[in-house]
Amino acid sequence: MIWNEENETRPREELEVIQLQRLQAQVARVYATVPYYRQKMDEAGVSPGDIRKISDIRRLPFTTKEDLRQNYPFGLFTVPMERIVRIHASSGTTGKPTVVGYTKRDLKLWAELMSRTLSAAGVTSRDIVQNAYGYGLFTGGLGAHYGAENLGCAVIPISGGNTKRQIQIMQDFGTTVLLSTPSYALNIADTMADLGVDPASLKLRVGVFGAEPWSENMRSEIENRLKIKAIDIYGLSEIIGPGVAAECLEEQRGLHIMEDHFLPEIVHRDTFEPLAVGEEGELVFTTLTKEAFPVIRYRTKDIARLIPEVCTCGRTFYRMPKVTGRTDDMMIIRGVNVFPSQIEEVIMGVEGVEPHYQIIVTRQGSLDNIEVQVEVSEEVFSDQIKNLENLSKRVQGSIKDLLGITCKISLVEPKTIQRSEGKAQRVIDRRKI
Amino acid sequence: MQVRQIAIFLENRSGRLADITHTLAKNAINIRALSLADTADFGILRMVVSDTDRAAKALKEDGFTVGITEVTAVEVPDKPGSLDAILQVVNQSRLNVEYMYAFTKQSGETGLLLFRFDNPKTACRAFAEAGFKLLSDEEVHQL
Repeated sequence: MIWNEENETRPREELEVIQLQRLQAQVARVYATVPYYRQKMDEAGVSPGDIRKISDIRRLPFTTKEDLRQNYPFGLFTVPMERIVRIHASSGTTGKPTVVGYTKRDLKLWAELMSRTLSAAGVTSRDIVQNAYGYGLFTGGLGAHYGAENLGCAVIPISGGNTKRQIQIMQDFGTTVLLSTPSYALNIADTMADLGVDPASLKLRVGVFGAEPWSENMRSEIENRLKIKAIDIYGLSEIIGPGVAAECLEEQRGLHIMEDHFLPEIVHRDTFEPLAVGEEGELVFTTLTKEAFPVIRYRTKDIARLIPEVCTCGRTFYRMPKVTGRTDDMMIIRGVNVFPSQIEEVIMGVEGVEPHYQIIVTRQGSLDNIEVQVEVSEEVFSDQIKNLENLSKRVQGSIKDLLGITCKISLVEPKTIQRSEGKAQRVIDRRKI
Repeated sequence: MQVRQIAIFLENRSGRLADITHTLAKNAINIRALSLADTADFGILRMVVSDTDRAAKALKEDGFTVGITEVTAVEVPDKPGSLDAILQVVNQSRLNVEYMYAFTKQSGETGLLLFRFDNPKTACRAFAEAGFKLLSDEEVHQL
């Protein structure tokens, strides 16, 4: 079902007219209200009046996570605090979190986009929706919640965790739709198997999964084990949260980008030059209608391409394939964004530990595990077990303090970690995503 | 009075112990006593050898992490109750044994106990007062 038939199936030429009008208005407003954007545009020698066609967007400077961090917390908001009604923040493991704000109209838009997303997954007002995305600063929980309510579903705001209770509620309340991260869906499937609950005995029929990369293999596994259809959705808090792009139940092939509100571009991953439609590169978004926290050419660091062919479901928006790659070395471990450089910093901070390390990421069942291999130098070596175990614990504790993740620390002999001649391969990702 | 031992870090990987013994064999180094401590993830091999410095150098050259540390060596008669007598002294002196290992010089004659204490000086004094014979580094290595 299409939630907003008029806007989601508009002919491309009409859509582009609307996009240009909105882009011009957005750029003018950002220039007028945010000194940081104005300065960057002035430095680039471009003014709002220079945007005469959509492709003129290329003249505008990019926005990166670093820009958001420099303006922490509210520097890029375009409205006074009295008009802000909601604040969310990213998991923010790299220094400060990214903070995003919403006006009343932004929240209405967000609910609309999540209603479209859920409708595309075949969800209707007759559904009982179990929302197992985390509620809180993370955009997943509340974003999905208001979208499902707006659609008219009966929403169970259970949040993440407490898996046995999730299953109990699925059985007792007759949940038909599960909203969660894909890895948590697998966790639920594992727990059902442990409890001897047959998924076929439940009313669950569809799952809407996002917030982390997952593969077609994982989709098949979730679909087979939970006996449901698994739908991929895409979003990031910097743009709005979930609701940026979504698959349709009909095809489950490519995520429809909500192009009337977010203008996508694909740029070369190293040169940042714009690429033609269909070419693969870094995904860049400009928000066209957001009020409180618009972004201009925000570099997502996700790798994607645009699929121009119109989908059989009737939506005319460009689609993007499932995102499985990044331009940086960011890993998403149990929903937390982790950069190898952060782990490196911790290791370097522990006295006597060699600067050689390797991070091995594996997925056991549905849980991601990180193993950090650290070389034992003569300085830290001891003839006593407890001293070496303390060393492991110190490294483990420091990483946990910074990232909130418990890693397994393996002490290895010196010079056993491969030395590379160019860029060291610090991360071995053995997860089959 | 302390005896020098070498300690070697052992990654949990098959064949590493054999690599160590091979290095020692190549260099004609005799092992007097050894103990292997193991955890789920790694191990520590401790040995008293015929030539501590040469053994440490050879092992380092072959890429091992080696430390030279000191242990307390006590000689006891090789008969029932000897270890008990020692440990009673350890207990009464409130000494903490980090680890220990033992070997006999010749069956029925004397045994040698190697201790790692958190406070070796106190240990030596206690053993001397109780009348036990402590062996020097030279004595142990010339066994």
